[in-house]
Amino acid sequence: MAIRTEPVTVNLGPQHPSTHGVFRLRVTFDGEVVLDVEPVFGYLHRGTEKLAEERTYVQVVTLTDRLDYVSAMTNNLAYVRAVEKLAGIEVPERAKYLRVISSELQRIASHLIATGFLLQELGAFATPLMYCFRERERILELFEMLCGARITVSYMRPGGVLQDAPEDFWPALDELVKAMPQYIEELEGLITSNEIVLARTKDVGVLTAEKAINASVTGPMLRATGVQWDLRKADPHEVYDRVEFDVPIGAIGDTYDRYLVRVQEMRQSLRIIEQCVKQIPKGDIRSRTAYFIRPPVGDAYGAVESPKGELGFYLVSDGGIAPYRCKIRSPSFINLTVLRDLLAGWKMADLIIIFGSTDIVLGEVDR
Amino acid sequence: MAKALAGTDVARRINETFSGVALESNKTDVWVAPDDLHRAAKFLHDDKELDCAMLLAITAVDYVERFELVYHLRSMRKNHTVVIKTRLSGREEPAISSVTDIWQGADLQEREVWDLMGIRFEGHPNMKRVLLWEGFPGHPLRRDFVR
Repeated sequence: MAIRTEPVTVNLGPQHPSTHGVFRLRVTFDGEVVLDVEPVFGYLHRGTEKLAEERTYVQVVTLTDRLDYVSAMTNNLAYVRAVEKLAGIEVPERAKYLRVISSELQRIASHLIATGFLLQELGAFATPLMYCFRERERILELFEMLCGARITVSYMRPGGVLQDAPEDFWPALDELVKAMPQYIEELEGLITSNEIVLARTKDVGVLTAEKAINASVTGPMLRATGVQWDLRKADPHEVYDRVEFDVPIGAIGDTYDRYLVRVQEMRQSLRIIEQCVKQIPKGDIRSRTAYFIRPPVGDAYGAVESPKGELGFYLVSDGGIAPYRCKIRSPSFINLTVLRDLLAGWKMADLIIIFGSTDIVLGEVDR
Repeated sequence: MAKALAGTDVARRINETFSGVALESNKTDVWVAPDDLHRAAKFLHDDKELDCAMLLAITAVDYVERFELVYHLRSMRKNHTVVIKTRLSGREEPAISSVTDIWQGADLQEREVWDLMGIRFEGHPNMKRVLLWEGFPGHPLRRDFVR
């Protein structure tokens, strides 16, 4: 006699160690196999877009720190680029280099978190994560030298950056850039050909290139599917057209590829920083702008390649001192469009690591 | 370097296939009527030259006397972007046809627009609120929203 079974719906989160914040997944299981997934968002919704409508263009910079709170520098950059496009503000050369250096440091820090937590979710409890955090700490110390803050940096301003890097910043950066490849090597030595990692991540959670493009997936998730698309190459902003770097891509778009793309991007970021340090000119770090920036009536879309994907700001100006509308194209949120396709058919334990490999930050998903 | 296609050129190409669909255009944007949006979007997606394979963002802007929906599209093969806009009148519950059948990427974004701006997308498979809970009074990104 056949045993009668029925699907079970389980709530994963909102308080769950592997959901990277307050996020809920309503998962329907058939035994251990995922049948259907319904993500529930909004636990961290603070209405950033609405708040931006009541602040001046410069004040909004502080709001952007709190979107993707592990990569505040790139958030700042995306926003100030949109403002500069809207108001036609020029940026001095030195500021452009400082922006690129800080963004690339932030990319390394963000990818370290992504990698560390992926390992944590694989069951490698605490040790690999602490390795990653040890290196990230050194980057945060550099940020502290730049602007006094570690996480919510608010370092960039329309027209430049807050302040020039202090004298001791350069030797400290040099030391980090020299030491970092070794750390990445060490990390890779532990993970990349680790048998358990391979068994758990190879061919798990495959995303095809066509699906990814159709579903607006960007960033390492897109590149892991084999699409060589990076906004830093395709639409070079700041000084990315003056430095040499490669865009690493994956082979089939599984969880392992997503991990590998991130690790290789860290190396490329170091290459970019090295070249920037050599090229950076002396000069102003901020162009003169009005205290209240009043862009002409119109709209502008500015985007950068953030560690999670394409982060874009669409600003509408009515000629006043505050944006009339400030839309945030958040890569974490839009990348979750494919979550159901990624997870259906996999087991509970795979769900955790596939979800972990999408590398979302809830501050950016819920805004 | 990525190129932002001139709105006038895109409008001309749309009108060559569907005459009169592109209502106005300027250096950057094309405006279409809400009823024609789906046709225009499908054309932009399928056309070999325009090749808008990725829907970057859907934005709703509340101008009080009307809503404007802005679609940012991108072709990765040709490395260009297209901006297409449409104006919706009526504040009660304006509606427009969904583009989820063309781009899956519209799924969460259309839900977000419905949630925060109160514009309904017809033909969307799961037209529910996304950031706020069901039963939340009103749509908070509207200009006249009062707590």
